[in-house]
Amino acid sequence: MKPLEIAQVLALFVVVLTAAPLLGSYMARVYSGGRNFLSPVLGRVEHAIYRFGGVDPQIEMRWTTYAAALLAFNLVGLLLLWLLQLAQASLPLNPARLPNVGLWLAFNTAVSFVTNTNWQSYSGETTMSYLVQMAGLTIQNFVSAATGMAVAIALARGLARKSSSTIGNFWSDLVRGTLYILLPLSVILAFLLVSQGVVQTFSPPATALTLQGSPQVIPLGPAASQVAIKQLGSNGGGFFNANSAHPLENPTPFSNFLELVSILLIPAGLPFTYGSMVGSHRQGWAIFAAMATLFTVFLAGALASEFGMHPANLEGKEVRFGVANSVLWAVTTTAVSNGSVNSMHSSLSPLAGMLAMLNMQLGEVAFGGVGAGLYGMLMFVILTVFVAGLMVGRTPEYLGKKIEAFEIKMAVVAVLSPSAFILLFSPLAAVTKVGLASVLNPGPHGLSEILYAFSSAAANNGSAFAGLNANTDFYNILLGIAMLVGRYAVIVPALAIAGSMVVKQVTPPSSGTFPTDGLLFVALLVSVVVIIGALTFFPSLTLGPIVEHFLMRMGRTF
Amino acid sequence: MFVVLIGALLSTVTVGRALAASRVSGFDVQIVLWLWFTLLFANFAEAMAEGRGKAQADSLRKTRTTTLARRLRNDHEEQVSSGVLTPGDLVVCEAGDIIPSDGEVVDGVASVDESAITGESAPVIRESGGDRCAVTGGTRVLSDRIVVRITSEQGHTFLDRMIAMVEGARRQKTPNEIALTILLSALTIIFLLAVVSLKPVAAYSELASGQSGPSLVTVPALVALLVCLIPTTIGGLLSAIGISGMDRLVQRNVLAMSGRAVEAAGDVDVLLLDKTGTITFGNRMASAFVPAPQVAPDRLAQAAQLASLADETPEGRSIVILAKNRYNLRGRDISESQARFVPFTAQTRMSGVDFPSRDGHPPLVIRKGAADAIRQHVERLAGAFPPSVQEAVDAMGRQGSTPLVVAENGNVLGVVQLKDVVKGGIRERFAQLRVMGIRTVMVTGDNPLTAAAIAAEAGVDDFMSQANPEMKLRRIRQEQSEGHLVAMTGDGTNDAPALAQADVGVAMNTGTQAAREAGNMVDLDSNPTKLIEIVEIGKQLLMTRGALTTFSIANDVAKYFAILPAMFGTLYATAGQAGPLSALNVMGLHSPQSAILSAVIFNALIIVALVPLALRGVVYRPLGAGAILRRNLLVYGVGGLIAPFLGIKLIDVLLTLTRLV
Repeated sequence: MKPLEIAQVLALFVVVLTAAPLLGSYMARVYSGGRNFLSPVLGRVEHAIYRFGGVDPQIEMRWTTYAAALLAFNLVGLLLLWLLQLAQASLPLNPARLPNVGLWLAFNTAVSFVTNTNWQSYSGETTMSYLVQMAGLTIQNFVSAATGMAVAIALARGLARKSSSTIGNFWSDLVRGTLYILLPLSVILAFLLVSQGVVQTFSPPATALTLQGSPQVIPLGPAASQVAIKQLGSNGGGFFNANSAHPLENPTPFSNFLELVSILLIPAGLPFTYGSMVGSHRQGWAIFAAMATLFTVFLAGALASEFGMHPANLEGKEVRFGVANSVLWAVTTTAVSNGSVNSMHSSLSPLAGMLAMLNMQLGEVAFGGVGAGLYGMLMFVILTVFVAGLMVGRTPEYLGKKIEAFEIKMAVVAVLSPSAFILLFSPLAAVTKVGLASVLNPGPHGLSEILYAFSSAAANNGSAFAGLNANTDFYNILLGIAMLVGRYAVIVPALAIAGSMVVKQVTPPSSGTFPTDGLLFVALLVSVVVIIGALTFFPSLTLGPIVEHFLMRMGRTF
Repeated sequence: MFVVLIGALLSTVTVGRALAASRVSGFDVQIVLWLWFTLLFANFAEAMAEGRGKAQADSLRKTRTTTLARRLRNDHEEQVSSGVLTPGDLVVCEAGDIIPSDGEVVDGVASVDESAITGESAPVIRESGGDRCAVTGGTRVLSDRIVVRITSEQGHTFLDRMIAMVEGARRQKTPNEIALTILLSALTIIFLLAVVSLKPVAAYSELASGQSGPSLVTVPALVALLVCLIPTTIGGLLSAIGISGMDRLVQRNVLAMSGRAVEAAGDVDVLLLDKTGTITFGNRMASAFVPAPQVAPDRLAQAAQLASLADETPEGRSIVILAKNRYNLRGRDISESQARFVPFTAQTRMSGVDFPSRDGHPPLVIRKGAADAIRQHVERLAGAFPPSVQEAVDAMGRQGSTPLVVAENGNVLGVVQLKDVVKGGIRERFAQLRVMGIRTVMVTGDNPLTAAAIAAEAGVDDFMSQANPEMKLRRIRQEQSEGHLVAMTGDGTNDAPALAQADVGVAMNTGTQAAREAGNMVDLDSNPTKLIEIVEIGKQLLMTRGALTTFSIANDVAKYFAILPAMFGTLYATAGQAGPLSALNVMGLHSPQSAILSAVIFNALIIVALVPLALRGVVYRPLGAGAILRRNLLVYGVGGLIAPFLGIKLIDVLLTLTRLV
């Protein structure tokens, strides 16, 4: 690595490490319902929304009500988005006169955006009208992110409150998260991006004459606003098909850096929010430390693998960004459940590609999606506490609350459901004709493409390995199901745990309780995450990227 | 284990069919054999643990034979079978009779041999009224006659419960066991998926590599991988760990009424300990002689000894012993001196001895008693109570001891200090408990001053003075409302509510029936200090489970490195070269067959190897949670990671040497 590249990586670490705790404590204040410095401006809007929706933000919900409100809200969003696509030809704001979207592609896309996955089986600029992009996708970019954050906050309340029964009000969490966190940050980021040259216009596509003299259509659109929230809300769905490798989405090294920071910002801030909500900043730091460790290890591994290739592996990468920034982005986007790409992951070295894949298969907890990373990690925390607690000879407890059969049941459902569906669907695709028809590359690389697609869907990441043509009914439906499972089979158990933990009594800590805010616990948590993920996926990875790696060293590529 | 059974059946069928077509390989047969061995070993562990309990239950059952009972009806005795007794019946038991069922003595006093239950051969006294009235069915009356009111229904007596408990018949899964089972089942399901998905993925890879059949993805091999991956080790040992925990309690003569209670014992963080019997020896003992001015210490000691020679109370005896030890004074035979002993009465609040005048000696009146009683006594004899003695008395009161003033005629000789003697080693025990995060609370009926002094000496964290059963109950409720788990011991009927309220209530076997019903454990030795051991056993039980789970899961890493390269070593191989995945064969195992077989054999043998650990429990040291976790992680986590690499390699070498594959 060149010194400049090292400096860029370090700069990212420093900026995130500085901004995350600040943002974290601000978010804690937002969700506590108190006033903050934006209240004078946005307070009226907030209350207008409550009045319009006919909700009383003061009414506290039990976990079942909370979950029902969340599911109902998401279901309505899904159906609306589906219908919007099926009818876009007859709706306004469609200057390119794009036809209606196919049934299952529309299903896949609706699920994808509602579940904060933003898997795109299509190419954005040539499929979706401006109306769908803005009123449908962009809105879901906001609310799906706010939904994920709400779940994390509700879970934090469940763990923090003592002998209570309610975990907050979903509507208020949704509105406050959108209004006070996502919206202001997006506005700032959008302006910064426009300053770097990201387009923001309602004009129809521009036509230019190339040097060869042939006409070239350059798709335009309101990109900056969508790019801002796609990064902040760990959505990742590009306005253009080339996503963040597209010069109109990510024009300069500075915009690249900005977007990286904004991908990490909220997920890295939430552990600190959590820390202040449970009344112990050390607990927040411990979770942040575990996430950061995983992230750093994966980044180091991927960089080592890429830079170990001679000559430098520039296939599929934007030369504007170079190897280091591409790998940094690849690791970040898969660690954070973002899914936007600035290079083609299919062309990463086998091991770097595997690490990106493994990142998602671990459930995306090394920062993870906004909210999703925190509640996903807390599921692992519960499993870790359980095993460690038994080893010190006590009924395991976390933050003074006992972990019992119900919590374990919910935590294993949350941790293992996405994995189960990856393991079910990938082989299915690998042996059926319809599945194999979409695969571009032969050999182990083809298997990696399939595995990556399902990992990405089940982890609600949304990035693609490229090479796989996923716009077939087979993949649209299976991936859609994987996304639904990956989202709601984690959210519902997480809320159930919040509901069961909130009623529990707190045992004051003693020297017989092992601390969950120390180095030992962080190390243990990291090992549990890695071991569970590795044990589950080692066989399939062996026949995909690992064998490809060894073959490449023997001089055979695919 | 169910999965192992299905897997073994499946591979047996496959191999059987191959056998029919005479295309069977010795390798497949060996795998199938070892799969059955795995199953056998897992059951063996459980059977062994249960076997111990069974033997104990059988010996208990012998005492439960139906006996004849002498039932009292309208003052008439009738002979009935013990099987027809119902609660409320009165039965008579005389020397030699076996007490037909559990009950309370309502009349009389008798010595009872309870060795059938406690194993303790010394007889115990059972009498009506008070805290020593409970008798247990199956025990034998050695002397005298008692009338017993039956309190238990047939089939629900203490003995019945005890048999059910040690046999494990009523053993239900404890909450932690349920949670662990859920985790293990979930892991099994995910490994099942991982292994099942391997078949189509392998098929794809074979197609992609343009090879046919290079990989070893046969049914026996896949089942072997699955059985190696799923947590068979902990799965096979789980119930053995639970049973052996109960068994360790029984070996210490403690009966737990439920497995839940044993587990709760590990969670306890507050111990309510009765001062008397647990922290101190039951009685006050003389610990010092403080003479009055111008009185020689040995004179005081001699007088005190004389006054106590006939005093059979423990306090009295301790004075005699102290005088003997300190001043080498031997209790003289005083019957010839025509001494007249004055016993303690509530009116005089003094005891002592009177010597008539003899051989020119004036008559001697020696008295010992509480300071104010002696003051009145000497003042009546026109003596004076020296101020320095009063100071000594006050000082002792402040230290929590009881002062006993000794007077000879009208002269005050000095004070004997009676002290509650704290048991040796108890202070260290409490310090250990504190490290483990357990708070000790001493409960005593003493006044606050005395209680504080003893509490300080014993090193308890807190104390309750002038405590009564209601206060105890209140204290338990308060601790519980703060989220603590409380354990206590008790024996009296008035302890029953507190015993029932406590998370772990250990009733003394000498206690009343009510106390024994209310507690969730009974200590047959009636040794209150044992509460501490019970807590340790509970912790050890949980630790063993956690350690073996960690070990079991950590083992999987090595098994992957053995089996996967074996299965796919030749995949994508080009002529004359080893396949790319043989690079994963880090252990350098001899052949694919030997690798898979070694992993399966290791997996089966490790269960057997760990049976002793499961039965004995992991080493328990009273340390803080962090230290324990670090240690167990190192031994069972890192150890579990490394051990199978060595073990599988070793088995592989042996297999190759013996040419089994």
